[in-house]
Amino acid sequence: MIFNTRNFEKIRTLAVVLISLLIAFLVISIISEHPLKTIGIFLFEPIRTVSHIGNVVEMSIPLMFTGLSVVLLFRTNLFNLGAEGIFYFAAVVASSVAIHFAANAFFHPVVAVLAGAVVGALLSAIPGILKAKWNVNELVSSLMFNSILFGVGLYLLNYYLRDPQSFSNSSYKFRPSAMLDVIVPGTRIHSGLIVALLCVAAGHYFMYRTKWGYELRMTGANREFAEFSGINTTKVIIMVHLIAGFLAGMGGSIEVLGMYNRLQWASLPGYGMDGALVALLAKNNPASVIGAALFLAYIRIGADQMARMSDVPAEMISIIQAVIILLISAEQFLKFWKNRMLLKEAGVRE
Amino acid sequence: MNELLNIVFSTDFAFSILRVATPILFAALGALISNKAGIVNIGLEGIMLVSALTGVVVSAQTGSAWVGLAGAVLAGLLIAAILGFFTLKFRTHIILGGVAVNMFASGGTVFILYLVSGDKGASTSLKSEVLPNVRLPLVEDIPVLGPILSGHHLLTYVALLSVVAMYYLLKRMPLGLRIRSVGENPHAAQSVGVRVNRVQFTALLLSGLFASLGGAYMSMGYLSLFSRDMTAGRGWIGIAAEAVGRSTTVGTFLSSLVFGAADALANALQILKIPSELVATTPYVTTVVGLTVYAIAETRLKKRKARRHSPSDS
Repeated sequence: MIFNTRNFEKIRTLAVVLISLLIAFLVISIISEHPLKTIGIFLFEPIRTVSHIGNVVEMSIPLMFTGLSVVLLFRTNLFNLGAEGIFYFAAVVASSVAIHFAANAFFHPVVAVLAGAVVGALLSAIPGILKAKWNVNELVSSLMFNSILFGVGLYLLNYYLRDPQSFSNSSYKFRPSAMLDVIVPGTRIHSGLIVALLCVAAGHYFMYRTKWGYELRMTGANREFAEFSGINTTKVIIMVHLIAGFLAGMGGSIEVLGMYNRLQWASLPGYGMDGALVALLAKNNPASVIGAALFLAYIRIGADQMARMSDVPAEMISIIQAVIILLISAEQFLKFWKNRMLLKEAGVRE
Repeated sequence: MNELLNIVFSTDFAFSILRVATPILFAALGALISNKAGIVNIGLEGIMLVSALTGVVVSAQTGSAWVGLAGAVLAGLLIAAILGFFTLKFRTHIILGGVAVNMFASGGTVFILYLVSGDKGASTSLKSEVLPNVRLPLVEDIPVLGPILSGHHLLTYVALLSVVAMYYLLKRMPLGLRIRSVGENPHAAQSVGVRVNRVQFTALLLSGLFASLGGAYMSMGYLSLFSRDMTAGRGWIGIAAEAVGRSTTVGTFLSSLVFGAADALANALQILKIPSELVATTPYVTTVVGLTVYAIAETRLKKRKARRHSPSDS
């Protein structure tokens, strides 16, 4: 039987997705002159051609990285939203390696991505250490770090990387050796996808098959209890921050080297906050990050195509995302139904 | 350098501090009232943005700045009410609720702007109204202080009065007492008959009210139009100001002024070719440093207390 309490979370996630899609259809039918055609574009255009499918997969890559990063933090019960700033700053670091250093086509991207990831890990450790040692609220400090890293990153972009010949805030072109290879012909899907999938697999193994993963989950469930049962939670919290920063930094580096030939972000790209959405959809489960990232990428590409081919702007998607976040993190949503199922399974007559 | 000093020690500069600090102060008051009730509202930035747009659209439609202001406030209250409904009724995590509000606002305002004006960047095609500046009689004749304090935007005075009102509310009014008790210990408050959810909802609405005034100020005073992402992090600076002000009304007010001064200074420092990108990070750096210092002091205090109570352990 599908409708039992064990599947409750899955059913609820599905219900939230359906409700959000219904709201999307509602918004489209209010605005569009040809609602049915527009809905069709929104739903099916992302899988109509190979290049559109490629777009979905390309967009899911950074979402997997930030999603996985946030999953680790949320699972440890750390409300850290710093992936946003780290993603941006790591992209700046990777870009400077890609512009100012030379190496062969294998080592160059590896060095650039690792540089971004390591810087990300170190930056992420700061709120982690502050939290673990002195209980500084990681939410506020990580949010402040987003703005700080954005300011410093933009400064580096404007003063050290900026191409004077370009009009906007854009950097010099990357050296071709630094850019990631396309792995699927006819699309822009780059080798970052392989790294992302490997990271997800490693994240799953780490979380459920290692002692550290166990300690992480214990700390997340109840820090004081974990401490009493002999887990060094200070160490766990700092470690999780390091890994999460490493992943977010890697995501930023890979995104910029895989999808662009110069750095052009004059504002935060938003992937860090999207990571929170992915983590929610994935129910803080590393393996589910893939599906969640693909889903989010799918509706975004759908919205992009819709904006291009119809009269509804792509920003509609932000309304849908807000609804998804509100409903999916709502503990009480559909709870009455779970209770009813529980009673039924226990054999209690209503 | 002299040039800079001339700028900083002018009445114009002091005037501009108040002008720049107004939206920060509104956001900080919004953060203060919700934090006092134990709710961390990080959706302030989003609420400001939505209100800024609503003010412009409504005032352009009706031709009245006042109706526009009312619209902006209503929009802010509505978002806060939705956030409150989800977090208090459905138990959505408040932080994630705030993330949702911000996500909705940054895209949703562009969406609505495009539907109303056909433009995704700014509301230049809408003929929106601006709220008036107020000249204070008597005060404006005082030398030095007069030109600093008089002639500000109406909402700047509202912000200053709000500080007084907030102080009074938290210290002297029953609602303020209830808000503080709920924030400090909801279970204890409930046990003496305080309706925790209702108090928190009220605090969240007040928070939305302040944020919406800040938003209205941005598009109907500070500038006379709406542009994409125009709040540019002022909601976050407000949260920072509240944190540095240690959740006290006076502290929040003073740190908002300091952050406003830093912002005003950033404009002046451009003459010295000091990069504005870096100056813009000062409020955030200050906050991280401030929070760390407080936290270290608190941990030390706790340790010392623990040692005093259990002499056998040490």
